[in-house]
Amino acid sequence: MSLKKESSNVIRLAHGAGGILQEELIKFITKDIPFKKVNNGIGVEELDDGATIPLINYEKEIVITADGHTIYPLFFPGGDLGTLSVCGTVNDIIMMGAEPLALTSMIIIEEGFEFNQLEKIVSSMNAMAEKANIAIIAGDTKVMPRGTLNELIIATTGIGIKDKNIKILDNNIKTGDKIILTGSIGDHGTALMASREGLNISTDLKSDLSLLLELYHVLKSDINNNYIHAMKDPTRGGIAAALNDWAVKSNISLWIEEENVPIKKQVTAICDMLGLDPYNIACEGRALLAVDPKYAQNILEKIKSTQIGRGAQIIGKVKADNPKRVFLKTIVGGTRFVDMPLGEPIPRIC
Amino acid sequence: MDIPGLDILRSGKFAEKVIKSIKEIIKEIGKPIKLMHVCGTHEHTISKYGLRSLLPKEIEVLSGPGCPVCICPAADIDKAVELGKRDDTIITTFGDMIRVPATNISLAELKATGADVRIVYGPNDAIKIAKENPEKEVIFFAIGFETTVPLIGFEIQSKPPSNFSVICAHKLIPAALELLMSQSQLKIDGFISPGHVSTIIGLKPYEIFSQGYRIPNVISGFEPNDVLLSILMLLKQVRDKKHDTINEYSRVVKPEGNIIAQKIIEEVFEPVSSPWRGIGRINDGGLIIREKYKEFDADKKFDIKIEKSLDIPPGCSCHLIMVGKLYPYECKLFRKECTPIHPVGPCMVSMEGTCSIYYKYHSDDNN
Repeated sequence: MSLKKESSNVIRLAHGAGGILQEELIKFITKDIPFKKVNNGIGVEELDDGATIPLINYEKEIVITADGHTIYPLFFPGGDLGTLSVCGTVNDIIMMGAEPLALTSMIIIEEGFEFNQLEKIVSSMNAMAEKANIAIIAGDTKVMPRGTLNELIIATTGIGIKDKNIKILDNNIKTGDKIILTGSIGDHGTALMASREGLNISTDLKSDLSLLLELYHVLKSDINNNYIHAMKDPTRGGIAAALNDWAVKSNISLWIEEENVPIKKQVTAICDMLGLDPYNIACEGRALLAVDPKYAQNILEKIKSTQIGRGAQIIGKVKADNPKRVFLKTIVGGTRFVDMPLGEPIPRIC
Repeated sequence: MDIPGLDILRSGKFAEKVIKSIKEIIKEIGKPIKLMHVCGTHEHTISKYGLRSLLPKEIEVLSGPGCPVCICPAADIDKAVELGKRDDTIITTFGDMIRVPATNISLAELKATGADVRIVYGPNDAIKIAKENPEKEVIFFAIGFETTVPLIGFEIQSKPPSNFSVICAHKLIPAALELLMSQSQLKIDGFISPGHVSTIIGLKPYEIFSQGYRIPNVISGFEPNDVLLSILMLLKQVRDKKHDTINEYSRVVKPEGNIIAQKIIEEVFEPVSSPWRGIGRINDGGLIIREKYKEFDADKKFDIKIEKSLDIPPGCSCHLIMVGKLYPYECKLFRKECTPIHPVGPCMVSMEGTCSIYYKYHSDDNN
């Protein structure tokens, strides 16, 4: 180890944390892919939640998403890796305005992992798949030598179907649109951090991990009528990453009212303590929607009628000036930027 | 998990009232006023809540050298990096510290090449790692002001395992205030002083300072309305030509401070003239571990000498930004070569660094 190379030319953890570094990594990997789309559908370049394959001579198109799931600890307050991998996949399909049909699952296991642990995770997957009414139609398993990965990784492909004319895309937001958030932010990431070894924070906070299927059902007509212009589940990087992504891809500015952004008291307290910004922290059961202002109130009421959307709020609006930027009117009345988070959130020192 | 009074401390209505009074008093004063805080957490509050956008334009709030990560000399980081290259060593430190650029590489870059560098939440975690890894040397890279010093002092006093040692890079705040007053071109009208430092050291060191230099000083908490109230308290002093140290953060800070913590500091450390990154040597500006505890002093245990170090890379303005002589957007590297992903200078790294805060919350021209 004495001959360690002194270089910054390696992948760091922050490259996987949903911020600017991750964007750089994805561009690095995808830039030379020879064929990036099929039948002029949405391809890898759009960097959306998923891709589409328009079916020639039919009204429909196939929606495909890919997701790798890792988490520490594997079992956390409010779920486990099994629940997470099904929810994450189904939610990505729904965020494209599509109906989830099936998923494939690839499980990579570290040598020495216990069968009873695996059983718990597989049965959570199955239970969640049943709830989501989605088939698990193919899969693969690999066992890797001890130490080459940490316990377990699940990689999924999600398959859904939708009408070709539904355009729910990150680059489809229009001036005047209202932004709806379906519930409190930061629960998942904060609960996970609190449950990690070494922090000794005791809290009743649970991950918000849940299926967004209910949203799809109550909003079907609004989706079909294209009243909803974009949808996104703010996972890694939190709502700050999701909103910035929208502002850049749609070339608009977003104006958010801090007062209307729901945050649980426990999340505020733990984030204050650790010096973290709840806007940068992952949710696993929330959605952001950019909707036609004429139907915003109506869509909000429908979301509020669901179990997962009771805390929904209109949190802001879309403007044309200062494009590619997200602004926040703070609770004390000041205005500031919300920036793209950089990488993994690191607790501060004092 | 409720913090009592938090509703008021973050209330928009209350802020409105304070701003109204601030506007009235600045009119009475009738000239522009320059205030300075010396704490990264204060800058964070000011920027996060957009407080500058609420203040009348006659009031300028400058950001002083209050980010412990930023003022830690490159030579100390180089030392941690050199020690971290050894096979039998685990380097532990606070989260922000690992990304700070040093002369050659940062601790994060060292970690990515395979070295064992771990982020801990406090020195007690480092002790735990030392106990679990008796065959390794566990070094805690200790930085921070008076707030973090007692924690490390306590662990050193409590007979840690023999494979544990500390790189002591602690700094002291009151000495820095004196240095700022000696910089005549700054012409500061009042200081907003950090509440958490005062929790430990009490009001006395500040009282001597505000009397000695005839400058108003307010010990402030960290909520948006704490900072606004502190600005109001400073303006009242300026108007009435007073120069006292007033405690806005009285819900936490006792006049005498934390006596137990002060005793720990006194027992384990001694003040020395100490280099601050980009600022230079400050009399009584830092701490070293006393001879009595030298077995836990990594400096003495390993005798690593850093011959040449580079605090401020060419083109970087961190040394001017840290003492409030320049705003980040006046540096020619800001948002160009220097970003939080590729920080050139130390102020672009930590969430308490002025440049990093400006990058996150402000536009280029501060509009």
